[in-house]
Amino acid sequence: MSTFRQFSIYRYDPDAGGEPRMQSYRLEIPDGSRELMLLDALGMLKAQDESLAFRRSCREGVCGSDGMNINGRNGLACITPLRSIKDPVTLRPLPGLPVIRDLIVDMTQFYNQYRAVKPWLINHEPEPEIERLQTPAERDQLDGLYECILCGCCSTACPSFWWNPDRFLGPAALLQSWRFLADSRDQATAERLDDLEDPYRLFRCHTIMNCSDVCPKNLNPTKAIGKIKAALMKRVG
Amino acid sequence: MGIARRRFDCLVIGAGGGGLRAALQLAQEDLHVAVVSKVFPTRSHTVAAQGGINAALGNALPDNWHWHMYDTVKGSDYLGDQDAIEYMCRVAPRLVIELEHYGVPFTRLDNGRIYQRAFGGQSQNFGGDQAARTCPAADRTGHALLHTLYQQNMRAQTHFFDEYFAIDLLRDEEGFVVGALVLDIESGEPLVIEAKTTLLATGGACRIFRTSSNAMINTGDGIGMALRAGLPAQDMEFVQFHPTGIAGYGMLISEGVRGEGGYLVNKDGERFMERYAPKALDLASRDVVSRSIAIELREGRGCGPDGDHVLLKVDHLGADLIKKRLPGIRESAMHFAGTDPCEVPIPVAPTAHYSMGGIPTNLHGQVVAPERHGPEEAVPGLYAAGECACVSVHGANRLGGNSLLDIIVFGRAAGEHMAEYIRENPYNRPVADEAVDRAMQGLSRWDRKGDGISVADMYDRMSRVMEQNCSVFRTEEVMAEGVKRILELEEQLEDVRLSDHSRTFNTARIEALELGNLMEVAVATMLSAAARTESRGAHSHVDYPDRDDKNWLKHTLYLKDGHVLDYKPVRMRPLSVEAFPPKERVY
Ligand SMILES: Cc1cc2nc3c(=O)[nH]c(=O)nc-3n(C[C@H](O)[C@H](O)[C@H](O)COP(=O)(O)OP(=O)(O)OC[C@H]3O[C@@H](n4cnc5c(N)ncnc54)[C@H](O)[C@@H]3O)c2cc1C
Ligand code: SF4
Ligand code: SF4
Ligand code: FES
Repeated sequence: MSTFRQFSIYRYDPDAGGEPRMQSYRLEIPDGSRELMLLDALGMLKAQDESLAFRRSCREGVCGSDGMNINGRNGLACITPLRSIKDPVTLRPLPGLPVIRDLIVDMTQFYNQYRAVKPWLINHEPEPEIERLQTPAERDQLDGLYECILCGCCSTACPSFWWNPDRFLGPAALLQSWRFLADSRDQATAERLDDLEDPYRLFRCHTIMNCSDVCPKNLNPTKAIGKIKAALMKRVG
Repeated sequence: MGIARRRFDCLVIGAGGGGLRAALQLAQEDLHVAVVSKVFPTRSHTVAAQGGINAALGNALPDNWHWHMYDTVKGSDYLGDQDAIEYMCRVAPRLVIELEHYGVPFTRLDNGRIYQRAFGGQSQNFGGDQAARTCPAADRTGHALLHTLYQQNMRAQTHFFDEYFAIDLLRDEEGFVVGALVLDIESGEPLVIEAKTTLLATGGACRIFRTSSNAMINTGDGIGMALRAGLPAQDMEFVQFHPTGIAGYGMLISEGVRGEGGYLVNKDGERFMERYAPKALDLASRDVVSRSIAIELREGRGCGPDGDHVLLKVDHLGADLIKKRLPGIRESAMHFAGTDPCEVPIPVAPTAHYSMGGIPTNLHGQVVAPERHGPEEAVPGLYAAGECACVSVHGANRLGGNSLLDIIVFGRAAGEHMAEYIRENPYNRPVADEAVDRAMQGLSRWDRKGDGISVADMYDRMSRVMEQNCSVFRTEEVMAEGVKRILELEEQLEDVRLSDHSRTFNTARIEALELGNLMEVAVATMLSAAARTESRGAHSHVDYPDRDDKNWLKHTLYLKDGHVLDYKPVRMRPLSVEAFPPKERVY
């Protein structure tokens, strides 16, 4: 005995010509299979139809490769239990980015935004012999920030990002901006805030919360954006 | 049709911790560097490392590099090269502090310094009390380290070729490595990258086994490339099986869990490590713990309906500590075991985890091979670092926390030496069309159409053979059968066909290229294992249960041409201190 699951998957291959379409698949799940994740199911489908293309690497939710739109909601295939999603399982590429093929999007824009916030530690003092000291409480400030896996689920769920991808930085990049602003070892606070003081780069965020809703790592970009706004206000005041 | 060419000073193949640390070194030397990676850099497998990186900082308990060296030599079951081990342990504190300066968000002690946790195989005073040598960023050390190194490379403006797949090395008539043929995955176009020096940093190969803690991209590509270039692979029989993979999946539950006080129990609730390692208990070296679990399972003391796993108990540590120090592990257990470790023990079993073997190098990261004079002649222009290389600091068994250290130490050393090499060899050597044509055959082979075995099917067969015939328990009979079966599969590789011939982002074609590399590694592993008639570290031979220093204190070298095995001595002489002579290994 076995059960069957239904899938409807976005297909597009520019090389094969033709328009994007949704393709139906039926997958047989043998009884006694271990708990399957959506990525396992995609692998099983690919064993039948080699041409189905998607990215994957770690298969445990830490590398950020397999962000996709699953039944209308962005998430990672590798940590989405198949049991938790309804038939037909409808899979589309992350919205708002150009599609390269099938479930694979071009993330260049997303990476450019990340790069734009200078996501590296800036400290102008000579390097000490030992660590730059940081108390456990200071280090705690980075929790919920540094864990971002750059999967893009948040930014591609954000309406402001869809409408102004070239001017608004998007939640993922802003979260990383706050990760460095919040680091007691970083000395570029003023410079970082200057860069963000712009009607678009930061202030296009209208606190719609989509980003925090979908983040598969349970991070909260909305909150980080709020903190940046507060830091800017304080500076004015 | 001509293939496009680009020219650089240095080509780094792989953007995990090893490749990125090397690239940073080269960028700081103002060299023109290309980093090629088949996935976006932060999706490399280093991102998954959990527990931490070793350095004798002495922040939590007294420590010094010489004790670290002793533990590493002993952990290696004396197969590690003592010069490389001394070098690594000596520079460790400085390089870990440097990582902190780069921005790695390490966990902290109250005095502001890096927190250090206990890991298996660590001792004070040459085998005395447990030491605490592993520096973590919670249980996401690899993530913290990889992202920081990528960030530093962005700052240094390193040139990245993201989502480019390296197919083969290019060598000239005189044996110099002059670059590589790569494939732009998105467009499907090949590209020749010419370079004065090339570094292989392609990571591990544990995907040759069906149950593995490794990312799906850990397919041993660099080792395959080296073998096809006529170079040896060293000590391939030594594969580390980590004792605690999530049962049925293979995902890792870090040793950090046991370092924080977690322990293993069998179906009778017995803390069985008390029988196997009375002193070190659950923190005995990994090979010892994996074998102990395997014995428990074989003797019918496993848990669950199939008796196929044991339990890792952590709930007694308290939810607060688990959430603070082991948040990623809790998340993984909840996803894959479906239960919260704060309340329920985690079902675990051994999982293929780390390739101790790899491309032989010296401590500058130069690839060495028995070419003309002696077993360790440097191959001009070629370097290797990280898990794909074999320096060898891990010998027959790697200690937890030593691999992140290995990639940082030898990634940097390779970068340094490449810069020096370029000062002496300032010109690009010509890359002949014939060399490119030869490499292109590896790619065009997959254009063949018609019926055949599918890539997925062949992968399945190969990984099953490795699991059944070359895993934790190895006997003469099991391995002899394994040799026969794997050589048959190697021949059948010819009959594998792709059905998808699209050029755009053809992931099936990438998997086919990876399969070719996996097969090279599987054959090397199987043949090297079957030949070693002793038990040492991770290689546990049921018919030869003892270590045999008289006949086997030596490194294996496997060559693809004619499936030849050769051997070379272990480097027993450290750089400045006295050697640690082989002793019986008890924990
Ligand atoms: C789950 C897990 C946890 C671990 N935890 C720890 C720990 O706590 N401490 C510790 O010390 N070690 C740990 N290890 C081991 C350690 O993480 C790895 O050994 C180490 O990260 C390997 O780094 P690397 O740079 O050699 O390779 P990787 O990080 O694997 O990078 C390989 C790179 O090569 C690229 N590549 C590969 N093939 C090709 C190709 N054909 N063309 C182009 N690019 C290619 C990939 O894209 C990637 O960028 C852990 C390992 C696992 C599996
Ligand atoms: S809260 Fe801001 S960043 Fe997040 S989805 Fe809404 S608009 Fe976008
Ligand atoms: S914040 Fe969350 S959703 Fe956004 S990129 Fe990072 S991990 Fe992904
Ligand atoms: S495959 Fe790495 S996050 Fe899903």
